[in-house]
Amino acid sequence: MSESSRWLAALWRPFSQTRRAETFTAYALILPALIGFSLFYALPTIRALELSFTDWNMMRPPKFIGFDNYVKLWHDGRFWNGMKLSLYYVLLNIPLQTAIGLFLAVAMDRLTRSIFVRSVVLLPYLLSNVLVALIWLWMLDPLLGVVNHLITSLGLDRQAFLGSPNQALATVAGINIWRHMGLVAMLFLAGLQNIPRNLYEAAMVEGATEWQMFRHITLPLLRPVMVFVLVTSVTGSFQIFDTIAVTTAGGPQDSTNVIVYYIITNAFSFNKMGYASAMSMVLAAVMVLYTLIQMRVMRASDSDLA
Amino acid sequence: MLQSFSLFRLVCWIILALILAVTLAPFWIVIKTALMHSADVFTHSTDLWPNDATVVNFKRVLGLMSTEESIKAGGSGAKVNFSLAMFNSFVFTGLIVIIQTASAAASAYAFARLRFPGRNVIFGLFVASMMIPGVVTFIPNFILIRDLGWLNSMLGMIAPFCLMQGFSVFFLRQFFISLPKELEEAAYLEGASYFYIFWKIAIPLSITPLITIATLIGINMWNEFLWPFLVAKDESHQVLTVALQSFKSQTPQGQPDWTGLMAAISISILPTIGLLLLFGRNVVESVQFSGGK
Repeated sequence: MSESSRWLAALWRPFSQTRRAETFTAYALILPALIGFSLFYALPTIRALELSFTDWNMMRPPKFIGFDNYVKLWHDGRFWNGMKLSLYYVLLNIPLQTAIGLFLAVAMDRLTRSIFVRSVVLLPYLLSNVLVALIWLWMLDPLLGVVNHLITSLGLDRQAFLGSPNQALATVAGINIWRHMGLVAMLFLAGLQNIPRNLYEAAMVEGATEWQMFRHITLPLLRPVMVFVLVTSVTGSFQIFDTIAVTTAGGPQDSTNVIVYYIITNAFSFNKMGYASAMSMVLAAVMVLYTLIQMRVMRASDSDLA
Repeated sequence: MLQSFSLFRLVCWIILALILAVTLAPFWIVIKTALMHSADVFTHSTDLWPNDATVVNFKRVLGLMSTEESIKAGGSGAKVNFSLAMFNSFVFTGLIVIIQTASAAASAYAFARLRFPGRNVIFGLFVASMMIPGVVTFIPNFILIRDLGWLNSMLGMIAPFCLMQGFSVFFLRQFFISLPKELEEAAYLEGASYFYIFWKIAIPLSITPLITIATLIGINMWNEFLWPFLVAKDESHQVLTVALQSFKSQTPQGQPDWTGLMAAISISILPTIGLLLLFGRNVVESVQFSGGK
């Protein structure tokens, strides 16, 4: 220890001064994070709320218009279409992704701890949405893509996938299931490895089947991981943007114009900053509400193992 | 009972093999396309093997060929330089990883160990910030960065991410709370200052979780698209994700420049593969750890 800090410590020994030193050090330590939080989270959130009550195209100064933006979005069919599409998207994406991830995790837990296998399974998640979207844009190309080649060689009809208003959203969901199933599997696998083996041994002695063990031991004890996976993947999925920006740009015929894509185009293509902010406020309210309900319903914090 | 058990293992193997095949197959398609002449795309796009392999696509997306040569080889004539984008991605990710990890460690330690007025309120706000959708803050942040004159600058690109991210603080705080207090208390009785204890005792004991959070920040930032897309469209500051998207949309009507695009993608994947080869165990375990113990 340096001479000076020994000296300072001696000086700050009396209780109130110790407390003062503690407070001072604490604020010094949180200062950078506090600046980042204030400048780039707290103030912008307040600013967004403020902007949501204005009409602003970034050229002239913002004009206060009260609740007009909120009234407008209430009657804006494309806003509700965006909300509806984001919800559909979550339903197309999450159940299948979670199920595949869970079964993959159970399979890996039984078969292998190989770091090579785990790396391969995780690989798609380590690549950006943009990159993954471009790979699939090529593979799903209606004329040249390998997927349509496979389909036609099986004697089935060519599919438009991203080019079809009926298939585009589901196709985007499929692309993201490909990217995320390994991540979900890895998270579940970590949870599985914390379940004491003797529970399964005891169940086997009792003659339980694999399905019974999965249903009555694995699933209940995975609850904390399940909550984490569901909260993060549902909120992330509802805010899908990157893949859509790269593959469909909201089309065809608005069939993938999900809420975040609609907000971003309003803000940065049409310069409707006030209107976009109002929509983002509604989105934020929905996301916060969902997170709180989900945590409440699934009692996130307490584990059955504790 | 034994029979159903082995049947179960067989099913497990089938699931695993299928998933591995589905995961790996697209990479072969990407590499194979990247090695094709662009003229062959229309006739040989579904071959399993490039019939006349070439590295010309790699050369042109790395900016190693003149515009005329590259148009002749099937390029759109758009200026592309993925080596610059790769460099920008490294700087962007590296700066955020270093600054955010340091800032998160410092504040997480204060939240975990020190008593100070406002501690619970501030920490609560940090955690709550995780629930706010990115699109809410991106609009005012964009305006702030524009007003500061930081558009198309590295400063503007890293600013919103580098100082605070709720998850990093939350994650490291959990770790510091779980750390046994004895060493720190002993040092305190010896007369060490709080900062000394943080820097010389707590930090050296936290190398593993620090690497974990740095890895997670790194993965997220390497893949970030929307923010750099909004503030750094200029070619000199494009990161890989933005460069890939703009390369795709620069191509004229009709088909994108598939072979060039796949070459660019192959190059963009290399750092990830390298990371997995060098630190595979660390990366996988970091991600697994992010869901809580």
